[in-house]
Amino acid sequence: MGLRRDAGRLGAAMFAPALLYIVALVGTPLVLAFLYSVGNVKVGSVGYEFVGLDNFISVLQSPTFRGALLHSFLFTVGAQLIVIISANILALALVDRFRGRGLVRFFILLPWVAPISLGAIGWKWILDSIYSVINWVLVQLHLVEPFDAPMWLGEGALAMLSVIMVHAWRMLPFSTVILLAGLTAIPKDIPEAAAVDGAGFWRTHFQITIPMMTPIINVAVLFGVVFTFTDMTVVYILTRGGPYNSTQVLPSLAFFTGILGGDLAEGAAISVFLVPILVVIAWLMLRLARRAEVV
Amino acid sequence: MGPVAGGRRPPVRIFRWVALSVFSVLLAFPFVWMAITSFKQTSDLYDVENNPFLFNEMPTLEHVELLLGETLFPRWLLNTAFAGTMVVLITLLLAVPAAYALARLTGRWGERLGIAIFLTYLIPPTLLFIPMSRVVSILGLQDSLWSIIVVYPTFTIPFSIWLLMAFFKSIPSELEDAAMVDGLTRFQAFLRLVIPISFSGILTVVIFTFTLVTQEFVYALTFISSASNQTIGVGVPIYLVRGDVYYWGSLMAACLIASLPIAVFYNLFLDRFIAGFTVGAVK
Repeated sequence: MGLRRDAGRLGAAMFAPALLYIVALVGTPLVLAFLYSVGNVKVGSVGYEFVGLDNFISVLQSPTFRGALLHSFLFTVGAQLIVIISANILALALVDRFRGRGLVRFFILLPWVAPISLGAIGWKWILDSIYSVINWVLVQLHLVEPFDAPMWLGEGALAMLSVIMVHAWRMLPFSTVILLAGLTAIPKDIPEAAAVDGAGFWRTHFQITIPMMTPIINVAVLFGVVFTFTDMTVVYILTRGGPYNSTQVLPSLAFFTGILGGDLAEGAAISVFLVPILVVIAWLMLRLARRAEVV
Repeated sequence: MGPVAGGRRPPVRIFRWVALSVFSVLLAFPFVWMAITSFKQTSDLYDVENNPFLFNEMPTLEHVELLLGETLFPRWLLNTAFAGTMVVLITLLLAVPAAYALARLTGRWGERLGIAIFLTYLIPPTLLFIPMSRVVSILGLQDSLWSIIVVYPTFTIPFSIWLLMAFFKSIPSELEDAAMVDGLTRFQAFLRLVIPISFSGILTVVIFTFTLVTQEFVYALTFISSASNQTIGVGVPIYLVRGDVYYWGSLMAACLIASLPIAVFYNLFLDRFIAGFTVGAVK
């Protein structure tokens, strides 16, 4: 009994430093984020005045904010749709061993393992208004006229499409590897038995493999949504939210308002709009984790 | 036969070949493009009549020389290496004991605390950066490399605890029990036995933490305002551009030089990293 209590005490002592660190540097700013969002705080101001929901009302009335909210959903849903469909195909193509698999895997993983701000700069050059290599190819194929080539980052809808594609490019390897882990974990005899029973490849895939992979697909989607909905790197580097705020998303707008604009309160209020989504995702993840424990 | 039924039938092989070729090209192309751009002469780069896939003029090292000799790029590499090392040290110091405590000592609470810790990993920098900038200035760290050294462990510690917890649980507890019968205290057993045999798990955390430091963008952009104090991830895309002038050759060389080593290391440890996300869902 004494031994057990000792273990508990040692456990607390070993866990406490990490816990204190997290409470101090995640807990404090998290509480402050909510306090700022219902207060009147600017860069350089000392006092704090409670203003209730004023900041939220003010941002909700701003067309820029409503645009950013819409873009955030478009950005997240668009990128994740592309990612999850492509990741299914890629994982399936990668699951069997073949010669050169390691090298192919390295190429496919590059967008995820290289720093995203650098990858995004690479895309900025590829999508350049004058020297875009994509446009050069399109002109050579006579699909567009040289004087009328698409301005990938210069027109609203195209810019949105570009940031979605670049973010999907970045997230695809991550989801692929997660799905691959799920595919590899499926007992081999199940799809094989289905094949023996005469089920074709695609039928086996859609009726047996994909249903068995549902939990792992959920994991990939949940993390994908978190990493997409809360990201501002791709948007910041490619478009700075432009042209005319047409690619502004919640995190980038919070940055421009709160950090560059100095309006901490309004910036915090914009960031707080990320919270409901994060709470839903955390709840879904807990459910997944619990179900995995029960089974 | 592989796990996919009919893995060797011709249509399946064709499907695989087509899918892999298309996606490899789409995913790796920006890096190929960085390589081509890095070694082209400026006049070749900016001549719209030229075929951009070819070297129409002799390849050149001028962009790489400019980058290494006349920009802050080497400084950014050093800053990143220094910040990375410090963040790794802080993360190990706090996460290794905490993970062991959760895996072995805290009983039923360990699991719940572990999940709670993991959920803090989901709190994004873009929710915290505004108040965090205040915290950083209260600590007197604004515009210093130390701001990110102090802040980055907020996301490396939770994930590392989560990874290491699973790792420690996979070690049979008889190991420490036997050592304690032999007269070691539990803490001694942890230091002398558990840590050495957990080397590969700890190495994973080291690599993971270091690469996250190289990949972070938002905090470094927010807290550090002088070019000379920046890391590679912000320095290259923000400060290598002077005014509206893009030095594309040097910019692409910088991206390539910084990306490739990180990518190689990360690639080696990726499976373990992914295992951290999928604990519970894959069995």
